[in-house]
Amino acid sequence: MRRRPGLIADYRSDTAILRNNVQRFWFTVLIVALVVLGLGGTIPLVPGLVDFSLKGDLLLLGVSALFASIGAIGLNIVTGYAGQVSLGHAFFLGLGAFTAAVLGGTEVTRQVFDISTGQSVEKTVLVGYGLDMIIWLPAAGLVAALVGLVVSPIAFRLKGLYLAFVTLGLVFLGEHVFREADAYTGGAGIGRETAAASLLGFRFDRPGEVFGVSLSRQQKMFFLGLILLVVMALVAKNLARSRIGRALAAVRDRDIAGEMMGINLARYKMIAFVVSSFYAGIAGSLLYAAIGRIEPSSFNLLLSIRYIAMVLIGGAATVAGSIMGAVFITFLPRIVKWMAGLWIFGFISESPTGGFPNLAQVEQILFGGLIVGFLIFEPLGLYGIWIRIRNYWKAWPFSY
Amino acid sequence: MTQFLQALVNGTSLAAIYALIALGFVIIYKSTQVFNFAHPALMLLGAYWVVYFATVVRWPFWAAVLMAAGLAALTGVIIERLTLRPMVGKPVFAVAILTIGLNTVIMIIALNLLGISARPVGDPWGLRFFTFEFLGGSLNIAHRQVAALVTAVLLVAALLTFFKYTRFGLAMRAAAFDQEVALTQGVSVTAVFAASWAIASVLAMVGGVFLGAPPGLDRSAAFVALKALPVIVIGGLDSISGALVGALIVGLAEALTFTYQPQHAEFLGRDFAQVVPYLVMFLVLLVRPYGLFGTKEIERV
Repeated sequence: MRRRPGLIADYRSDTAILRNNVQRFWFTVLIVALVVLGLGGTIPLVPGLVDFSLKGDLLLLGVSALFASIGAIGLNIVTGYAGQVSLGHAFFLGLGAFTAAVLGGTEVTRQVFDISTGQSVEKTVLVGYGLDMIIWLPAAGLVAALVGLVVSPIAFRLKGLYLAFVTLGLVFLGEHVFREADAYTGGAGIGRETAAASLLGFRFDRPGEVFGVSLSRQQKMFFLGLILLVVMALVAKNLARSRIGRALAAVRDRDIAGEMMGINLARYKMIAFVVSSFYAGIAGSLLYAAIGRIEPSSFNLLLSIRYIAMVLIGGAATVAGSIMGAVFITFLPRIVKWMAGLWIFGFISESPTGGFPNLAQVEQILFGGLIVGFLIFEPLGLYGIWIRIRNYWKAWPFSY
Repeated sequence: MTQFLQALVNGTSLAAIYALIALGFVIIYKSTQVFNFAHPALMLLGAYWVVYFATVVRWPFWAAVLMAAGLAALTGVIIERLTLRPMVGKPVFAVAILTIGLNTVIMIIALNLLGISARPVGDPWGLRFFTFEFLGGSLNIAHRQVAALVTAVLLVAALLTFFKYTRFGLAMRAAAFDQEVALTQGVSVTAVFAASWAIASVLAMVGGVFLGAPPGLDRSAAFVALKALPVIVIGGLDSISGALVGALIVGLAEALTFTYQPQHAEFLGRDFAQVVPYLVMFLVLLVRPYGLFGTKEIERV
């Protein structure tokens, strides 16, 4: 065994998160590369030719990509692993974001002139308790998970497309509630400041020195996101290879057969929904804490579709795929901007108002086109492409 | 009393529009097993052609509608051939997601053609009303509302006759029942697919014209088209009569809420009528998981 590190001889090593030394090596390289990027360093992708670094707006995109990855992993648990298509992810992201904003945000009061008494009184316009991150971060996840728990009985009764429509209806109802509860959300078109990211006095939202290295606000958020993503991804991976994960796969592949084997469908669908909503809540709270402002109408159907696209383009039922998909979709506007600079794509107009294919429109078309393309040509997503490349080079130069 | 009647009238004409759009969903779903999320975009694109031929080229309204119907049918057929034919036999949900992708692409094109401001569709009805005075109130029925109802009834009757009494209608019903068996009986299932996309696309176009009638056509019409989803879910995904009943339920519920909620239940917030269709959908699905008239799926392991 010592001489054959690639040989898989038992179930334990077959289900290991990192199965061999090559994977362990590249995982370490990836983490080191991300840490270097987060510290503001440059990674040579092709030495001497193509460099990559997270500077300026790219850093914020990187931070968003990390938190979006957590959300995408959450959606993948319910849609990829358990096969229950949910178009309601935006609602759970919103729940997390607003819970965090209410618990961790600051109260806004305004002087209001009371006609009946003739005096001006202090009136609360926005509710905010200014609590610490150690409270609002878990609370955001728990509130979303609780609502997921309430919704899951419907999911147990419905299947396939009907479930998709109910979760779609959830987004519309949620949007309405977010818009109307303006004491908590700021109201449509206005929004509010999000929670202050301060963990037991350590401010993630201010630049400062950590272990003698001075970091900007976004750099701190980047490391917070990186640590959380690694933890949440490992938890999801472990869940997928446990008893629960196997039960979810059975529910997805043939629910009736699963039920015959003693899998309690209601219980496992509920677990999938609750865990997925918890991930969404955490992702939503931090994603908007990194951006700084939230607005109720951003949690619409389009956001749900973005997350579905992340899961599909990345690869359903794979944690690595969710992360790839989330990073890809988050960086898509940037990729389109880069494309517009190339001479082949000179027809893309860079001004937001002029010309037919402007940047935003090309992005939307590319986004739709990618969903269509991946579903037709590569249903396993980016992860599937990666697997094929890996297998090709594993056997190279022999094709079998 | 007149307020109540007014709500009923508005609800019924709204229901006529929903019925047109929802029928298209059901026809495509029944005959091709595709749930078409691209319907709102198809509706907008189809209605744009009416706007274009009626107000830019300045053809008579009816000629513009005929031309738009031809173009809408063609668009439907092309989309089916290019993007949905390769997906035959794939899981229903993968195909549904694919149509979401299609929707974004077509929507961008349609919105770009349409521009930002609302465009008049060049309809002959305008803002004229039939006004009835009685019981101390007045009941206003717009010409457009009557036209929508009459058109919807005529189109639905024509379609039902077509499905029931023509050879091709029979072929479509056979393909909806079982594609493989229909194939072995000599039914051209590909022609059925093309025809159902063409019919659905034209129905959506007509619905779009009525949506855009007096205030003008703009992007908000797509959100109204999305409300056809609760309509068909309430009726059951694969039931044509269900779609009609669902349309009536949703149209009336929305109009009644619109009339009475602001006075009697203000705490539910502004524009609550917009989300009522989804609430009704929740309630119906809790009681009947396959809608009111949908076929219950019988599975075997």
